Amino acid sequence: MSDLTRLSAAAMAELLAKGESSSVELTQAHLDRIEAVDGAVHAFLRTLPEVALAEARAADQARAAGEDLPALAGVPIAVKDVLATKGLATTCGSRILENWIPAYDATVVRKLRQARLPILGKTNMDEFAMGSSTEHSAYGPTHNPWDLERIPGGSGGGSAAAVGAFEAPLALGSDTGGSIRQPAAVTGTVGVKPTYGAVSRYGLVAMASSLDQVGPVARNVLDTAMLHAVIAGHDPKDMTSLNEPVPAVVEAARLGLAGDVKGLRVGIVRELGGEGFGQGVLGRFAEALRLLEDLGATTLEVSCPSFSSALGAYYLIMPSEASSNLARFDSIRYGLRVRPENGPATAESVMAATRAAGFGPEVKRRIILGTYALSAGYYDAYYGSAQKVRTLIQRDFENAWQDVDVLVSPTSPTTAFKLGEKLDDPLAMYLADVATIPVNLAGVPGISVPCGLAEDGLPVGFQIVAPARADAFLYQVGGALEAALVERWGGPLLERAPALPEGGRR
Amino acid sequence: MPAISRAEVARVAALARIALDEAELDRLAGQLDSIVEAVRTVGQVAADDVPATSHPIALVNVFRPDQVHPSLSVEEALQSAPAREADQFKVPRILGEEP
Repeated sequence: MSDLTRLSAAAMAELLAKGESSSVELTQAHLDRIEAVDGAVHAFLRTLPEVALAEARAADQARAAGEDLPALAGVPIAVKDVLATKGLATTCGSRILENWIPAYDATVVRKLRQARLPILGKTNMDEFAMGSSTEHSAYGPTHNPWDLERIPGGSGGGSAAAVGAFEAPLALGSDTGGSIRQPAAVTGTVGVKPTYGAVSRYGLVAMASSLDQVGPVARNVLDTAMLHAVIAGHDPKDMTSLNEPVPAVVEAARLGLAGDVKGLRVGIVRELGGEGFGQGVLGRFAEALRLLEDLGATTLEVSCPSFSSALGAYYLIMPSEASSNLARFDSIRYGLRVRPENGPATAESVMAATRAAGFGPEVKRRIILGTYALSAGYYDAYYGSAQKVRTLIQRDFENAWQDVDVLVSPTSPTTAFKLGEKLDDPLAMYLADVATIPVNLAGVPGISVPCGLAEDGLPVGFQIVAPARADAFLYQVGGALEAALVERWGGPLLERAPALPEGGRR
Repeated sequence: MPAISRAEVARVAALARIALDEAELDRLAGQLDSIVEAVRTVGQVAADDVPATSHPIALVNVFRPDQVHPSLSVEEALQSAPAREADQFKVPRILGEEP
């Protein structure tokens, strides 16, 4: 029964609770859907049918035995290939990790297993999460389910496309500068970057440790909140993990879906909406704002002057941290080992040959840029200055919170661009994250919710940003906006996505 | 004058332990130059008295009890090694030829 894949995760959970479906049936339906359409979409690097069905059977048995199960138990999920899965290949979209089998689970993966969500497979991504289009995957790009010739966003294009193409109701992503929210925007799905430290990074292969955050990906706000509740919480294995209670995100989503945003103060970021933003993007954004006003929220324009320097600061801080983090790929303990063609095979020359063969162009660019920014004589001018800009951006947010509860902007300045269009122009590619990057620099939480289609028929994302630890606000405002939009559209936006060709080669 | 020269890219790539061929070096030098040029202005934004932020949500003194926890077994730690000998990682020789 392939209709099962069209349900929300919450509805799937309800069917399971009522005994009207089984986890095996749900999991098989999604594996069938993947088999049918992933030849065209390529959201998955690897599916795990045996593992997923075994986990599904275990979930069904636990339910039959009368165990008290978490809400999403038995609902299948896709996991971005940047998260370590014990005994199951984890490549980060890179050749250098082609044969890496982790000996441990990421904490979020352990939580999925504990909550009994069967893992359907590992999703495609830009190599080491570096990119905004998933074209930097060493294993070929993912295609946008709305238009197969266009990018699904990145780096988490695989996770966004998987939920957008109904190959999975839920997915995990990671977001360093927008890798959850920008793919959500361009695929008409929902994605959240939680407050820094709200979700454990243990077992997340690190790109930029002070920016990386794991988060939930789904088709609607409530499902996203339910997954957030599964993965959030303190982890002693992550020294940056917040030792605080998880905010009541599911309750907040329900409150919002019931239309309750009266009196909420919504700030429109003046600096995120001018030059470089498409007319269709700005049009849908403005309409969504009016809907929030109709629901009783007050809106006002807020200035965040330092945001204009955010992209520059990010492209110094992120590569610097990445160059340090990726030094671990030294051909000694795991991953690829390549001997140099000429000269003696020393530890140093083998490492250089391995990294030459194992890393793709974007990873090389960022490692070299970061090494340069951290090198003697440049540190203060580049890395040090960028960290000061980071302070200014945090102050902009602090000032804004004096007047508003949340800040909003379009998630990405444009709709999905064509595959190949920006591949040879790294700077143009980086601009796709101009609105999402300030959020990572400040460590605050952000969500992208679909707010309609631009003139080109492609989805537009609406970004909501809340103060640190106020993740619940994202779900309340996001839920209210979603409910109002779905009512106006007469159904979820994804229902308007074209049917995908079936039977392509995987 | 470029913000970052081809020779400098070659020097930094060597520090980063990434072997580059000539064509790659040409392409990367051009791209890195335009990126460095674009981020250069970051140094002019903040006044001297602005403190640096290294971490978005600063935590202080994150300790845990000094207790032994299970860790990876030798077999698990070595399972993805490119080369091993007995219970150890096998590495290429660490010294190059004398000049």
